[in-house]
Amino acid sequence: MRYAAPETVDEAVALLASAEGGAYPLAGGTDLVVQMSSGMRAPALVVDIKRIGDLGRIVSDASGIRIGAAVCGAEITGNAEIASKWPGFAEAMDYIGSMQIQSRATPAGNLCNASPAADCVPGMVAAGATVTVAGPGGRREIPVEEVPAGPGRTTLAPGEFVISVNLPPKPARTGDAYVRFTPRTEMDIAVVGVGVCLTLDEGGTCTAARVAVGAVAPTVLLVREAGAALVGTPVDDAAMDAAAEAVRAACRPIDDKRGSAAYRTRISGTIFKRAAGVALARARA
Amino acid sequence: MAKKLHVTTEINGAETEFLARPDQTLLSALRDELHLFGTKEGCGSGDCGACSVEVDGRVVCSCTMLAAEAEGRRITTIEGVAQGGELHPLQRHFLKEAALQCGFCTPGLIVAARNLLDRNPDPTEQEIRFWLAGNLCRCTGYDKIVRAVQAAAAELRETAPAD
Ligand SMILES: Cc1cc2nc3c(=O)[nH]c(=O)nc-3n(C[C@H](O)[C@H](O)[C@H](O)COP(=O)(O)OP(=O)(O)OC[C@H]3O[C@@H](n4cnc5c(N)ncnc54)[C@H](O)[C@@H]3O)c2cc1C
Repeated sequence: MRYAAPETVDEAVALLASAEGGAYPLAGGTDLVVQMSSGMRAPALVVDIKRIGDLGRIVSDASGIRIGAAVCGAEITGNAEIASKWPGFAEAMDYIGSMQIQSRATPAGNLCNASPAADCVPGMVAAGATVTVAGPGGRREIPVEEVPAGPGRTTLAPGEFVISVNLPPKPARTGDAYVRFTPRTEMDIAVVGVGVCLTLDEGGTCTAARVAVGAVAPTVLLVREAGAALVGTPVDDAAMDAAAEAVRAACRPIDDKRGSAAYRTRISGTIFKRAAGVALARARA
Repeated sequence: MAKKLHVTTEINGAETEFLARPDQTLLSALRDELHLFGTKEGCGSGDCGACSVEVDGRVVCSCTMLAAEAEGRRITTIEGVAQGGELHPLQRHFLKEAALQCGFCTPGLIVAARNLLDRNPDPTEQEIRFWLAGNLCRCTGYDKIVRAVQAAAAELRETAPAD
């Protein structure tokens, strides 16, 4: 295996694109290094992206907040602007691992590891986040939900990697939330995780809603039907029931030791309602 | 076999150079190349915290980091916690409160707790328990560990120079 720590995005792209065999970007390593040590992955090349200056920064302007792909969870949850504008995204990131893991783990690593149960991904999808991808063909910006292709697989082309996660400007009366359900309270993998973001008008009617569900399908799902069931309503019990039904209908889970497919499907509606309740309270606050 | 990499880093205040395989973890380099055996390997997968070290002011599991990444970083291991032969108050209070039995998790716990007290001299019990949730101890049941951290925090607050 070769290790490289380039200082520019272009060098990183050139390295990733020219490598024979598996070439992997390295952010926090909390998935990749563990997978290498256990023999699950044997990269030919690891490209550490943490020496690329711009990737270590959080930049906020009129177009939103851009979080460089090397910024770790502890820095994100400690950022006052992110915590106040996008608390759902921040809490989704914060669910990941312990303080030690937070010192390393990144949202883009969570996304590109492509676990169906990745916690930060529903938080990003609900918030309407995009990623900026750099590759041999230049840069492009794509919605977060277009990145995962299946367990452990992404839609990124060879040589491409994520350079930033971008949160949009936050509309008025908007709230986001992420709730996950696990058998243990800490250090466990989601049975179901739901991210919700909704916007209200001045009268309290929902004008936009995004619902993202993790751990119930090969990839995190953006459930458009659930969002649509909330739009135009005062987000009352009837609307919540209809949206929860849409969430359950979208689930295509597997049985595993944390829960059967039937159980996962059933509680996905419950967890959705909890997340939507928190998002609603935040939108009204 | 891949060529070894030459890594220059600061460990416990001293500039240190070592050779590491590109795929070698920092944990393995600390133990096998530098013979700093205080950092323990528990799970090797980031779950147990026995291999906790401080890197540029943040506590990480050294099993989730490549040795090559340490280039130019500042690292503190358990060997750097006692100063000039004097145990750190955390170390003294761990002994006094009997906050260990087999002792395997202790270095990681002390490194993690020291970082907490550097950031927050007066943590609540809940803050201590959350901060140390990534350090597993199979002997003590944690209560004595929490008490030792509280006692060390109190002592450090009393002896801290007034500003
Ligand atoms: C003890 C422990 C507990 C954990 N708990 C949770 C949990 O509760 N919830 C959860 O979701 N996850 C959890 N994880 C998994 C892991 O911490 C997260 O998925 C984390 O966000 C991965 O980020 P990273 O920066 O460490 O990724 P890395 O390990 O560096 O990379 C992960 C994958 O993404 C690729 N990659 C990294 N950065 C980029 C990029 N910028 N562009 C393209 N590809 C990239 C890598 O090549 C690799 O394939 C846990 C891990 C451990 C060890």
